Amino acid sequence: MADRLPPKERMKIPRQSMPEQDAEQRACNFEEVNLGLDSAIAEKEAQRCLTCADPKCSHGCPVGVQVREFVDFVLEGEYLKAAAKIREDNVLPAVTGRVCPQENQCEGACVLSKRFTSLAIGHLERFVADYERATGQVGLPQRAPATGKKVAIVGSGPAGLSCAGDLVLKGHDVTVMEALHEIGGVLVYGIPEFRLPKDIVKGEVENMRKMGVKFETNVVVGKTVTMDQLQNEEGFDAVFVATGAGLPKFMNLPGEHLGGVYSANEFLTRVNLMKAYDREHSDSPIYECRDRNVAVMGGGNTAMDAVRSALRLGAKNAYIVYRRSEEEMPARAEEVHHAKDEGVQFLNLHNPVEFLGNDEGYLTGVKLQKMELAEPDDSGRRRPVPVEGSEFVMPLDVAVIAIGTGANPLVQSTTPGLNTNKWGYIIADEESMRTTREGVFAGGDIVSGAATVILAMGAGRKAAKSIHEYLTTGEW
Amino acid sequence: MFPITEAKFLAPDVKRICIEAPRVARQRQAGQFVIVRVEAEHGERVPLTIADSDPDAGTITIIVQGVGKTTKLINMLEAGDALADVVGPLGEPSEIEHFGTVVVVGGGVGTAIAYPTAVAMKAADNHVIGIVGARNKELLILEDEMRATTDELHLMTDDGSYGEQGFVTQKLQQLIDNGVTIDHVLAIGPIPMMKAIADVTKPHGIKTIVSLNPIMVDGTGMCGGCRVQVGGTSKFACVDGPEFDAHEVDFTILAQRNRMYRPHEQQAVADLEADPETQV
Ligand SMILES: Cc1cc2nc3c(=O)[nH]c(=O)nc-3n(C[C@H](O)[C@H](O)[C@H](O)COP(=O)(O)OP(=O)(O)OC[C@H]3O[C@@H](n4cnc5c(N)ncnc54)[C@H](O)[C@@H]3O)c2cc1C
Ligand SMILES: Cc1cc2nc3c(=O)[nH]c(=O)nc-3n(C[C@H](O)[C@H](O)[C@H](O)COP(=O)(O)OP(=O)(O)OC[C@H]3O[C@@H](n4cnc5c(N)ncnc54)[C@H](O)[C@@H]3O)c2cc1C
Ligand code: SF4
Ligand code: SF4
Ligand code: FES
Repeated sequence: MADRLPPKERMKIPRQSMPEQDAEQRACNFEEVNLGLDSAIAEKEAQRCLTCADPKCSHGCPVGVQVREFVDFVLEGEYLKAAAKIREDNVLPAVTGRVCPQENQCEGACVLSKRFTSLAIGHLERFVADYERATGQVGLPQRAPATGKKVAIVGSGPAGLSCAGDLVLKGHDVTVMEALHEIGGVLVYGIPEFRLPKDIVKGEVENMRKMGVKFETNVVVGKTVTMDQLQNEEGFDAVFVATGAGLPKFMNLPGEHLGGVYSANEFLTRVNLMKAYDREHSDSPIYECRDRNVAVMGGGNTAMDAVRSALRLGAKNAYIVYRRSEEEMPARAEEVHHAKDEGVQFLNLHNPVEFLGNDEGYLTGVKLQKMELAEPDDSGRRRPVPVEGSEFVMPLDVAVIAIGTGANPLVQSTTPGLNTNKWGYIIADEESMRTTREGVFAGGDIVSGAATVILAMGAGRKAAKSIHEYLTTGEW
Repeated sequence: MFPITEAKFLAPDVKRICIEAPRVARQRQAGQFVIVRVEAEHGERVPLTIADSDPDAGTITIIVQGVGKTTKLINMLEAGDALADVVGPLGEPSEIEHFGTVVVVGGGVGTAIAYPTAVAMKAADNHVIGIVGARNKELLILEDEMRATTDELHLMTDDGSYGEQGFVTQKLQQLIDNGVTIDHVLAIGPIPMMKAIADVTKPHGIKTIVSLNPIMVDGTGMCGGCRVQVGGTSKFACVDGPEFDAHEVDFTILAQRNRMYRPHEQQAVADLEADPETQV
């Protein structure tokens, strides 16, 4: 336990940095990059918090994690209490501590960011969650008596998991149905091991199993079982749809069918979910990246994950091709930073116009065009426009397209009365998460479009509250 | 786990397997498929057509040709064993209507994929002509089943060891030349065979459907690995297909994409044959 220093002293402590694997070494393995804080560093960092009367950090967090309070427990050395405090608002702290875009959320709002550098809230959150996990003393909350009500959760990403966790505590009988053979959504098929070890997700899923949540893999709702059957034949009193935004977008460029051109979803699914990085054991192949040129089109988290995976698969040159400048990149700041340290080459203000191949149908190159930034567009970002006559060909063996995803229509197209907007996302009330079909709620990326883990979890919690109300009152 | 209730070789390397999968059995329609994994830790996801299903017993039947590591592993399984994962039914069902005279062409294990649709075509009151081809007598499968569901059945072997000597395309051409009115053709088999059938029917304007077998991962429209060029646009075979208008399909691209992992696949089979024990 450490005493609080006077504010002046606190402000002299620099932001503590996260120990990480050496960049050259980690670029060759799939082990986690960030190694985690030890208690001495965590305590020093915790000292920096000014315990604000009006904690801006909590307002910046989409689920309102009580940062000031949990950081206080860290300072007292009460790590389990700190974890329990976070869990009041956030059921997956070991995940969010690692993957939240903190600079736009809690840390972006922290008062320290104005004059100094913000408190390392994400790193501290991760620290206490990992501590809790290591002790095996995860403070699982008490479950309410059984209500006899059945709820089906469609999709096992962060939205589905957080909703399931809350509802099971209220005493409902909850079954999570997942199309793939593993539970976790993007956390297991998209985000790579070196950023979010799969064991962490497995551990959280185990906790939920202990709390009484049932999991069924290999169930594609809309195909294996329809919404009508769930509600009318299988006796589910409510359904929460959390199917994510998993439809890959292609660029519709010539040559996109060539061997070696992937969607980010396929590339990452092969590498992560199907474990293609473990070429000794996995039966799922990935097109050879060793000693070859790989380019990833896009500038988001998905693009960073893909390009850093390619490096680890042995790429000679791994490029990011992004049509705007680094300032506009939607990826987490830490990921861009890590990617650079590892040797990823950034071709900002470039855009592909054609993929080139040989007679056997394999990719051999890409024609790129230089871009420049014009006036801001609807999104407020400066619009990239092509520079006339700037095209050139770059030799390329593997291309990964990471320009975003859309709504998978499987559930919507097979569920009468479930309305969608013009992009195919499910329409749900912002507060109640109710859809246009009685007894059906929706949230996460399938409602908001591709967003973040914590926003999906927030939506899951809101839905759980609303579903509980519906099950208690019976009123739609 | 999905227990196997029955397993029997129909021909060398071709096995018929019944699996307990009640939800799939209840929903399944002709033309749909499942994706299976043999082994939970490192297994690959492979698509296989549902050849038959029994909703009351809660079982489905698949017919598997051992062409690579995963299908060979599946074919080592016996009744009492289990598959780690079975998901489905995936894909759009076959378009079944009363067309009139329907020719169902099956080449090799493609016959297993065509068989359920032949049954459905017959049930929809079509006059069904079957043409089943194989390299030789040993490899010809489902003769009795096809005979029972077709009004007319032609058996073709490349070497003439059974039925008539020749290719399935020659038989189809012969029927057309003999003036048989054909309203609809369904052709399933190796890519060159499907392409050749498309070339036979195109000049006559006979509607021809093929079932494509691109490499798949999830089977739910999430990866785009199964994309095929149909009528100049990109389609996902797992959700938009697997059946498409043969006259619109770019078979060259399909064949090229299916070769993408050849070195890896050959290595996997070599390892498996060197030491099958360590591979399961
Ligand atoms: C590569 C990548 C990296 C990312 N990195 C970050 C990051 O660093 N930080 C961050 O905050 N966010 C990140 N995101 C975004 C974040 O992961 C998503 O916003 C979040 O996972 C959305 O959660 P969800 O629960 O709505 O859906 P998902 O996580 O997409 O889960 C949906 C699940 O539903 C299943 N499903 C779909 N259809 C059906 C059906 N018909 N029946 C049954 N199951 C079905 C899917 O298989 C999937 O498992 C990243 C996304 C990707 C793709
Ligand atoms: C919709 C559909 C239905 C099918 N139905 C049947 C069936 O009823 N019976 C049957 O025997 N076969 C069927 N196939 C083909 C079967 O999926 C492949 O033979 C199998 O995946 C080969 O895997 P492998 O590891 O044994 O061989 P590999 O050595 O990996 O590959 C051998 C060949 O199979 C192709 N292939 C490899 N992996 C996949 C994959 N994940 N998806 C698709 N093709 C792949 C390769 O292009 C290669 O030509 C079907 C394919 C599709 C797409
Ligand atoms: S959940 Fe995310 S945004 Fe909220 S405090 Fe934790 S790291 Fe920050
Ligand atoms: S805003 Fe920053 S300094 Fe203030 S309480 Fe939150 S974390 Fe501490
Ligand atoms: S198999 Fe992934 S989209 Fe079809």
